[in-house]
Amino acid sequence: MRVQIDSALCQGHGRCYDLAPDLFGDDEDGYATLTERTADGGIPPGSEDDAQLAADNCPESAIVLEVV
Amino acid sequence: MSVDDRFSQDYRELRTAPELIQRSEVMTGPVSDWATDFSHVEPEYAEGAIEIWDDLRQRCPIAHTERFGGAWLPTTYEDVAAVAYDTERFSSRSIIMGNYRTPKESAPVGDSPPISSDPPFHHDARKLLLPAFTKTAVAKQEESTRAFCHSLIDAFEGRDVVDAAAEYAQHIPMRVIADMLGFPPEDGPKFKVFVESVLEGINLPFEERMDRTAGLFDYLFEQVREHAENPRDDLTTHLMNVELYGQKLEPLHVAGTIALLLIAGIDTTWSAIGASLWHLARTPEDRRRLVAEPGLLPTAMEEFLRAYAPVTMARLVKEDMTWHGADMKADDWILLSFPAANRDPQQFDRAAEVVIDRQVNRHAAFGLGIHRCVGSHLARMELRVALDVWLERIPEFSLADPGAVTWSTGQIRGPRVLPMRLG
Repeated sequence: MRVQIDSALCQGHGRCYDLAPDLFGDDEDGYATLTERTADGGIPPGSEDDAQLAADNCPESAIVLEVV
Repeated sequence: MSVDDRFSQDYRELRTAPELIQRSEVMTGPVSDWATDFSHVEPEYAEGAIEIWDDLRQRCPIAHTERFGGAWLPTTYEDVAAVAYDTERFSSRSIIMGNYRTPKESAPVGDSPPISSDPPFHHDARKLLLPAFTKTAVAKQEESTRAFCHSLIDAFEGRDVVDAAAEYAQHIPMRVIADMLGFPPEDGPKFKVFVESVLEGINLPFEERMDRTAGLFDYLFEQVREHAENPRDDLTTHLMNVELYGQKLEPLHVAGTIALLLIAGIDTTWSAIGASLWHLARTPEDRRRLVAEPGLLPTAMEEFLRAYAPVTMARLVKEDMTWHGADMKADDWILLSFPAANRDPQQFDRAAEVVIDRQVNRHAAFGLGIHRCVGSHLARMELRVALDVWLERIPEFSLADPGAVTWSTGQIRGPRVLPMRLG
């Protein structure tokens, strides 16, 4: 599973880093970032459900997941 | 250190001249038809807003009123989101819907930047605040917030009935924001008056509203001058020193932002804590489940935020236009009800039910788009800690007198009188 954060849409609600803190982090202004585990744009095997939960709870639909 | 001379003038000399402010006729009294004559400041809206939105969403999804000089109320998620995202056609110049509108001359700063600012200025003014309100930054307040919640409950010792709104919910955000701004914690009763003046005194005569606003800003200028003499590590000092486009902020920008943080920081979270406790008091199965499964609280809390979202914002229509079938005129208000959007069955399964283990909850309680509540991480921390401490200390409680519960009017919705039987 691949992941991207659409930074034009992210407003820093922080639902992703609340729900899946190992997959998503925040920058100094609170906007979502990828973490060490997702920096290469891949969701580590076994974390797909967490990624989906984060994406499904983003009020701005700013997390784009792609099943490859 | 010399006193910052930006603040040597009085607020009343700096403010927009009252004669420049656009006024509309104050129209009050019972609503004849919610689709054509709605009002958010009548008692029937305080009591029945949820039913009113549900009814309108089915028969007239964008309601209208001649009150407040003309206003529209979209009630579907789709329409609310569309307005929130469309900063080209809808301005944030005035965000408290009432009988006067902030004049165009005050743009781009507005009365309470950045919530009253439009792009592109909005982005730069907002950026000054964001680092102080990240999840990491607000976590520093958690320990003191928890201790304060315990102290409020300690004071209930020996009592059977307490007012959970006035004696618990209200005090938590007041204390937290006073700490962050560096204001005297004993000024809480003053904050309550300011909040009520700004958010609930919508239909007061113009001169009285202006006087009350001036009372708030006189107080803020006093606090700013005190900070100029005694700078310290808090938000007030930060706003006084921070630079935008190479210059320190205008005095009305500093005071307006502090006003925003104070007012928006208090009424909203107070309402969210109170509404959550109200729900748990009348829904014993949810209360027992949360006491037994404290790990469910973060999920349940999001559902309380969806179902009882406290905050409705407002916008002004920029130019005459037909929008989603509505003939809007320039300077008509939009009452932007995120709470109504959160109840739309097209967007949420079982929208009318409170489902405390709802896993997918893309609610809009903190707004959508560029004006996402800057304090959302702080509010979530306060709500979580307030509920956690209450449920730990008072696992058994119920409404002492359901008929005595009152809800606020205006744009911030929450219980204001909430008698709770303990045990």
